[in-house]
Amino acid sequence: MAAPLSVEVEFGGGAELLFDGVKKHQVTLPGQEEPWDIRNLLVWIKKNLLKERPELFIQGDSVRPGILVLVNDADWELLGELDYQLQDQDNILFISTLHGG
Amino acid sequence: MVWQVLEGLSRDSAKRLRFVPGIVYVDEGAACGRSPEDRAKTLSEARLVLEAVGFPHHEVALEEVFSLPPSVLRRPAQGPAETQAQGDYKAAVDTFLQQQLVLGAQDSLPPAPGEGQLHHPQGLPGPQSWTAAQTQALCRLFESVKTLTAREELLQTLRTHLILHVARAHGYSKVMTGESCTRLAIRLLTNLALGRGAFLAWDTGFCDERHGDVVVVRPMREHTLKEVAFYNRLFAVPSVFTPAIDTKAPEKASIHRLVEAFLLRLQAQFPSTVSTVYRTSEKLTKAPREGCASGPRCLLCMCTLDIDAADSATAFGAQSCSHLSPMQLPPLPAEAGTPPTPCCPPGPGRAQGADERQDAQAHFLEQLCYGCRVNMKELASLDPLPPYIQAEAQLRSQRAWVRREIQEFLIEDGGDGEDGQS
Repeated sequence: MAAPLSVEVEFGGGAELLFDGVKKHQVTLPGQEEPWDIRNLLVWIKKNLLKERPELFIQGDSVRPGILVLVNDADWELLGELDYQLQDQDNILFISTLHGG
Repeated sequence: MVWQVLEGLSRDSAKRLRFVPGIVYVDEGAACGRSPEDRAKTLSEARLVLEAVGFPHHEVALEEVFSLPPSVLRRPAQGPAETQAQGDYKAAVDTFLQQQLVLGAQDSLPPAPGEGQLHHPQGLPGPQSWTAAQTQALCRLFESVKTLTAREELLQTLRTHLILHVARAHGYSKVMTGESCTRLAIRLLTNLALGRGAFLAWDTGFCDERHGDVVVVRPMREHTLKEVAFYNRLFAVPSVFTPAIDTKAPEKASIHRLVEAFLLRLQAQFPSTVSTVYRTSEKLTKAPREGCASGPRCLLCMCTLDIDAADSATAFGAQSCSHLSPMQLPPLPAEAGTPPTPCCPPGPGRAQGADERQDAQAHFLEQLCYGCRVNMKELASLDPLPPYIQAEAQLRSQRAWVRREIQEFLIEDGGDGEDGQS
């Protein structure tokens, strides 16, 4: 049973266009059975934060290729990508490097 | 890139860069369909960042292409302009990616130590330097092009011309654009798909001298987008994001988007993709074609034309042949030797009453390279084009016609000598 987590989700490089132009979101993830990892976070973002055009942000299970994910200013590839388990007060940053959106 | 230049120019860096650059910001809001309030807001944000950087900066709007002189399209014969007494500091900037400011220009001679500190703090243009009519004309131009691919290419061309003009007007000799490795790899594949394979070396190489006096360099071409993004984040580089013409477009909306999606997806699974494509682009050389060292140049992109009109055996020759044959040609006196189109001798009954517009368009297309031709074919008529392009096209076609007229009487170098002095 995972306790509720408070994380800060940021968007940059144009990705904020899909989220009403808001770059920083301080979110509180509700407690749930499995521990929170990036995979679950993406599902949560898609359901709760993403305002339009989900296919421009999420592709299948993961983010679209071309969107960088930084967890506490470190590349998520070093931390296990989708399987990284979120800690309290983490900062997750999504930067879009794509030309359009 | 601005940040890196800033670092390079700071007093305590080990190897100090020896130039004073300026920055140009091109506002493309009209082409993207943004409202004037949005554009003003973005412009003020950009200005804040520009002023924080401290270099002289120029803001131009894309509408100003309608007031460009035709000399922009002409390649000057002489080399880089002579430096004035104070030394020339030149710069032009291109906006790229998230519209981050890209910096450029380098003086070819190192400035004297005293002049190295020279700053020309440019006053900001208070009122707008473009009119609503120009905005409308620009919108009309972009609307007359149907596909997003052609629109993006047109935007690129107009932006290049505009920056070239600013660079020449303010006496700059080099332009630095901030294309990263990833962006260039995408560009390479896109250009191949668009039919610009002949000019890959110029479009993606480090140094691009096709404009003659102004040289375009790409100093950031070795850094991938990921590195740039991380750098910006870790060093808190301020940036301004503006939507581009293809923001939020679906994946298959244009060739550019498609290639971008393809390459990035491949990169996710095979991390060496982008660097492989990049290394391949490094191997491209700019060898001139045998037999035409300084042939005619494309009107829009100013590369040497890759059209070999005389070679009607190729598929392209056959295509251009069938395209041009029904076109009306200017009436020639009966004794002129060469027919105007080398591959298709026009029929005997050349009527005068064919469509003039089609004719003008055919002449216009003739002056373009293959890639530009494919793009410009989308235009129904030449009217929405900015006046400088139309003027230059007309001038060139008239010159070509006159040349053909007097072809018989010209003495070629090392040729057969005079002919037919009747």
